[in-house]
Amino acid sequence: MSVDTLSSGRTRRGFRDLPVPLVVIALAAFIYVTAALATGQANQISLTGLSGLLQRTVALGLVGLGQTFAILVGSIDLSVAALISTVAVLASYLMQGDAGMIVPAILACLVLALVVGVINGGLVACWGINPLIATLSTGLILQGALAAGFTYLGGRVAPEFQALAYQAPFGVPLPVLLLAVLAIVAWFVLAKTRFGAHLYAVGGNPDGAKLAGLRVERFVLAAHVIASLGACVAGLYLAARLQSGTPWIGRDGVYDLESIAIVVIGGTALSGGKGGVLGTLAGVLLFASLDASFNMFGVDAFLKQVLRGAIVIAAVAVYAVRNKGHVA
Amino acid sequence: MTDVATSHDAPASPTAVAPLLTLRGISKSFPGVRALDDVSLEIYPGQVTALIGENGAGKSTLVKILTGIYQPDAGEIAIDGRPVEFGSPHRAAQQGITAIHQETVLFDEISVAENIHLGHAPRTRLGLIDWGAIRGGARKVLASMGAGHIAPETRLKELSIANKHLVGVARALSIDARIVIMDEPTAALSYKEIGELFTLIEMLKADGKGILFISHKFDEIYRISDRYAVFRDGQKVGAGMLPETPQAEIVKMMVGRSVDQIFPKHVAAPGETVLKVEDLSHPTEFDGIDFELRRGEILGFYGLVGAGRSEVMQALFGLTRPSRGSIVLDGQAITPQSPADAVNAGIVYVPEERGKQGVVIGLPIFENVSLPSLKRTSLHGVLRLKEEFDLARAYTERLDLRASSLSQDVGTLSGGNQQKVVIAKWLATGPKVIILDEPTKGIDIGSKAAVHQFMGELVAQGLAVIMVSSELPEVMGMSDRIVVMREGRMVTTLENKDLSAEALVSAAAGIRGEDA
Ligand SMILES: Nc1ncnc2c1ncn2[C@@H]1O[C@H](COP(=O)(O)OP(=O)(O)OP(=O)(O)O)[C@@H](O)[C@H]1O
Ligand SMILES: [Mg+2]
Repeated sequence: MSVDTLSSGRTRRGFRDLPVPLVVIALAAFIYVTAALATGQANQISLTGLSGLLQRTVALGLVGLGQTFAILVGSIDLSVAALISTVAVLASYLMQGDAGMIVPAILACLVLALVVGVINGGLVACWGINPLIATLSTGLILQGALAAGFTYLGGRVAPEFQALAYQAPFGVPLPVLLLAVLAIVAWFVLAKTRFGAHLYAVGGNPDGAKLAGLRVERFVLAAHVIASLGACVAGLYLAARLQSGTPWIGRDGVYDLESIAIVVIGGTALSGGKGGVLGTLAGVLLFASLDASFNMFGVDAFLKQVLRGAIVIAAVAVYAVRNKGHVA
Repeated sequence: MTDVATSHDAPASPTAVAPLLTLRGISKSFPGVRALDDVSLEIYPGQVTALIGENGAGKSTLVKILTGIYQPDAGEIAIDGRPVEFGSPHRAAQQGITAIHQETVLFDEISVAENIHLGHAPRTRLGLIDWGAIRGGARKVLASMGAGHIAPETRLKELSIANKHLVGVARALSIDARIVIMDEPTAALSYKEIGELFTLIEMLKADGKGILFISHKFDEIYRISDRYAVFRDGQKVGAGMLPETPQAEIVKMMVGRSVDQIFPKHVAAPGETVLKVEDLSHPTEFDGIDFELRRGEILGFYGLVGAGRSEVMQALFGLTRPSRGSIVLDGQAITPQSPADAVNAGIVYVPEERGKQGVVIGLPIFENVSLPSLKRTSLHGVLRLKEEFDLARAYTERLDLRASSLSQDVGTLSGGNQQKVVIAKWLATGPKVIILDEPTKGIDIGSKAAVHQFMGELVAQGLAVIMVSSELPEVMGMSDRIVVMREGRMVTTLENKDLSAEALVSAAAGIRGEDA
């Protein structure tokens, strides 16, 4: 009978979301190389050019990693932009240029992110508030508090901390290494651990996961904490990069919407339960290549936004068509 | 062509009517499977054609092709001899085909009336939705099928599973169709409701509609059908007239061997008490439930659908909170607040509605099976794929799962095979007590025997099983003792020795020993 032939199959957890990232990365490379060649800036394809390109992915990539967890579990986090600003301002305020304060400042920022994540997760998981509303509100509160308090919160990060953002061992910028390491950790957690497997199940079918004996709320909470931590690291990176934080760093970077966009471009379903961080990395690379290409062509910022929007729509449309054959 | 039942092959219809719907050479493939292979079928007006076949034989796929959800790879469909094409479900409905699908697609948040008329809402002269007509129409169609107790204004999510299913039936009937397809319509219905559905089918027959009826229950098939067609592995292997063809012959066609209908006799050697439930009560659903479950025992729960059996089980599993009473597991009182608590304590529950609650669509079969057992198959929180596969393979094979690979998305399995995945998943957790709610619902006759056999073996190893079932032969064939429930109360607990079916049915229906 056919039961004897039940094979293990070839697809493995974690690899089944490979094709989408590959396609997106290929597209990013194509756009970047074409732009470089077309504008006669072939030097952009050198090691320095590429490391510059990667450097552009760091901030958004860090937020995107965290956002991936929130979206995978079936939620979403709109408060990341405000949290980035808050962390950047807090870090520079606490350091006041003093190297001895680097570690305490980082710790304080992590604690803040933890608290924000727990609040977001609690509102969504335990109180059942719609995640869009819940995280939008926490974001507004953070942003408001920041705008009100910023006059008293001036400061700058320690020069040693700033130096971290500019170091490049073996020619690879340190922040890019940081992103790579965190991405590998995130990938491992999602693809290879029990926690990851449960997270997918909760995102894919919360009722089913609950009946399978999982404590659904805990996973939603954890995912929100991870999303906040991602934003926190991004905020610290931006503070180091820019010497000091301002209350508008996050908002100006549109990190909330763009992080969602790259997650979606990377093939992660907004309904949860499907996707992964490889796709998110590919998505951020695509955005960075686009930016770089626009700069090479000297296209103005408006058109850039329009094209980004078009890409998100195209990506979602492609996934919708691809999934259509599967609906039962 | 591929027919083997030569003696019943010729459409020996006494009235010699022309077929209403004709399918010729229909094929449909999915990655890795040929779900339908050169299938031909006729549906006649005023007759019920039963479609019979194992889980995964291709029955639901055919239904989806007839309703425009899937497009066939090859073949043609004709109505009244005129070829037609169904590009979309909407087109199929326009051509007069309606279906009650195996997994009904309804919307929890809107009212019963809106669910019934979704997509074909009556309009006022101004083109606006005619709410009065919607409610009136819904009331009429519900009443016509003996489901007048469902108020059209109620939101769907407030209804029980059986009532939701009735709404699905009403939805199909509200479309004025010439061909009505029913894919396992009785799976969620009680005895009484099935009776009403059958009366309705008789009415539809008298109206000259052509009916395609899918079921795994032979008593129903013989009761209502005029013709049959048997599918095996995507091919039609036989067809003919019904009362004339004996069941054994049909079963042989569908499985390719004869199947013992005899339930495996497990040697009941009940050990010490595992679970003791005392005076368990719920504000609205049940009251004063007392029973003991011993190791190595199958305790059957019999009653009509709606008797409160599932609700009691949900309380044991931490899904609802009882208002009073105690649950003692292995000598320790427990108060499960959530399924996680129950699972940790060693009680697991295989719910009745497995499509939505049981599997995570989008995840492969093996991940669905291993989901609650990951603690055992992982090491320090890191997954071990091989252990997961071994676990999944061991249990799905025992339950006769038909799939092309364990990595297949569970959503692409046939309805019956999804059920097997859910049962495998819970058995794999190695619980102390397993509660099976309608364990063989939607499962074909051959696999049913495999499920029963496996249950018997697990019990012999010391597992304690509670089996909620509305199927009399199953309850009587498998249980050591039987609790009968009616309207949220325990009527009696019977030792399963020399029991008569009548005694059980009348206890469940409250015919004898009636006081109110
Ligand atoms: N969307 C799909 N993708 C891949 N395979 C599918 C899909 N839908 C159905 N199949 C496969 O086609 C075959 C026939 O499935 P179908 O649902 O028609 O069976 P069925 O006869 O209705 O069974 P059951 O009695 O269990 O409901 C099965 O092997 C199933 O796994
Ligand atoms: Mg089916």
